[in-house]
Amino acid sequence: MKPHTIELPLPSTPPRKILLRLPLGLLLPLLAVAGLELGVRSGLVPANLMPAPSEIGSTLLWLAEHGLGAHLAASCLRVAGGFVAGAVLALLLGALVALNARAERLLDPTFQALRAIPSLAWVPLLLLWFGIDETPKLILIAIGAFFPVYMGVVSGIRGVDRKLIEVGQLYRLAPLALARRVMLPAALPAILTGLRNGLSLAWMFMVAAELIAASRGLGYLLSDGRESSRADIMLGAIVLLALLGKLSDTAMGALEGRLLSWRDSYANRGAR
Amino acid sequence: MTALLELAIDEKRYGERRILHGFHLRLEAGEIVSLIGASGCGKSSLLSIAAGLDPAYRGSVRLRGGAVRGTHAEIGLIFQEPRLFPWLTVEQNIAFGANGAPDAGRIAALLEEVGLAGYGKSLPKQLSGGQAQRVAIARGLYTQPRVLLLDEPFSAVDAFTRMRLQDLLARVAAQHRLSVLLVTHDIDEALYLSDRIVLMDGVPGPARAEFEVNHERPRERAVLATSRLKPAILDSLHAVHAI
Repeated sequence: MKPHTIELPLPSTPPRKILLRLPLGLLLPLLAVAGLELGVRSGLVPANLMPAPSEIGSTLLWLAEHGLGAHLAASCLRVAGGFVAGAVLALLLGALVALNARAERLLDPTFQALRAIPSLAWVPLLLLWFGIDETPKLILIAIGAFFPVYMGVVSGIRGVDRKLIEVGQLYRLAPLALARRVMLPAALPAILTGLRNGLSLAWMFMVAAELIAASRGLGYLLSDGRESSRADIMLGAIVLLALLGKLSDTAMGALEGRLLSWRDSYANRGAR
Repeated sequence: MTALLELAIDEKRYGERRILHGFHLRLEAGEIVSLIGASGCGKSSLLSIAAGLDPAYRGSVRLRGGAVRGTHAEIGLIFQEPRLFPWLTVEQNIAFGANGAPDAGRIAALLEEVGLAGYGKSLPKQLSGGQAQRVAIARGLYTQPRVLLLDEPFSAVDAFTRMRLQDLLARVAAQHRLSVLLVTHDIDEALYLSDRIVLMDGVPGPARAEFEVNHERPRERAVLATSRLKPAILDSLHAVHAI
């Protein structure tokens, strides 16, 4: 018997819509800015406590001509210096603790105890020891960045699949090659998460350090704004902090996506 | 005559529990031997010891009469799961065991051999289970071992893929003149592939029984299905309470 065939209409492709694709994430900030502007102008929101976005903008422009660059550079350099110092130390010590059982018994309890101290508690002591110089700020930021990275490295290396390590042993990799070719890539997701968390904490501790004792930086702008009751300066500094934090986090996220594109995970589901 | 591989395991324990005891096995050059037996009878432990991954046992592993401690370049192992490195491409996974620069020609030849030509640049996440296991076989062959140990290598793939992978194993074993020690739960697989089937006892001790499989190669599955060896093996498995 001849098989029957049915003529089905071809699925029609819908006309491709040309939309100006603005990132959806911009919607909420834009709505808030527009709402505030209207609220302040109509007098519903007191302008001395919550200046209009346009006024914050003009304050930022004024600051830009009066040394904002130096403040920004000071803050960014502190974050970069403290983060790199804390992260490098955490990578080395975390790898040592995760790979060497004796080092773990020796060091890990101390690190866990230190981690339990709210890092801001160090501030008075750091000021006493190092004065109001750059040093205490960098140390505080490094402390802030250290623990998330340390935890990421230790948990990442400890969590490496024993079955993959066995493959490395089967092919008689030396300990160093095993660490480089198997452990490090397998632990990379957790390490990068640690680095990302460490970076956001570094920004937080930078502000804390500058609020207390600084003559330059975004934290200094904040405390300066408080002393002169200038809400526009404070809000301007906050906006800049938000932008810088988001920018550095996006950069870390992009690095993560690039280095981990091999992962067969929910986040990578489009990349098969 | 000395065997290519000779396992003499006096004792292997996990804590209080004795897994292997007085177990001997010889593997001649070019011979394919299947190990069958109940779960937990120590088949996988035996392979770990033979591969050199488990040093905690009493006894000896000898290759051409020489004692081997630890892993050996001429003894390869293919695991139950593919165990590919997800961050390496198929090519890089295949050449993982190589010292020095990967040999592109050999990688391409192996990919061809396992039926994955053109997949060299793919990542493991883009492969199906059967494809991944074929890459694992290519990786096992890349370092040119003389002995290939396989731990239930086809248990996690569907029946059709399993038959294709069995054909692949029979072909590469003949081409590379490999000696193969295969742990399996599948009597048909053992009959199809092996020269000899060794039945492990449920209690630690010497092998319970051995069966020579004298069917001509290449073998036909339909012929093997009526082989008189199969009921004999099933009887023995009943006797050791494996089934």
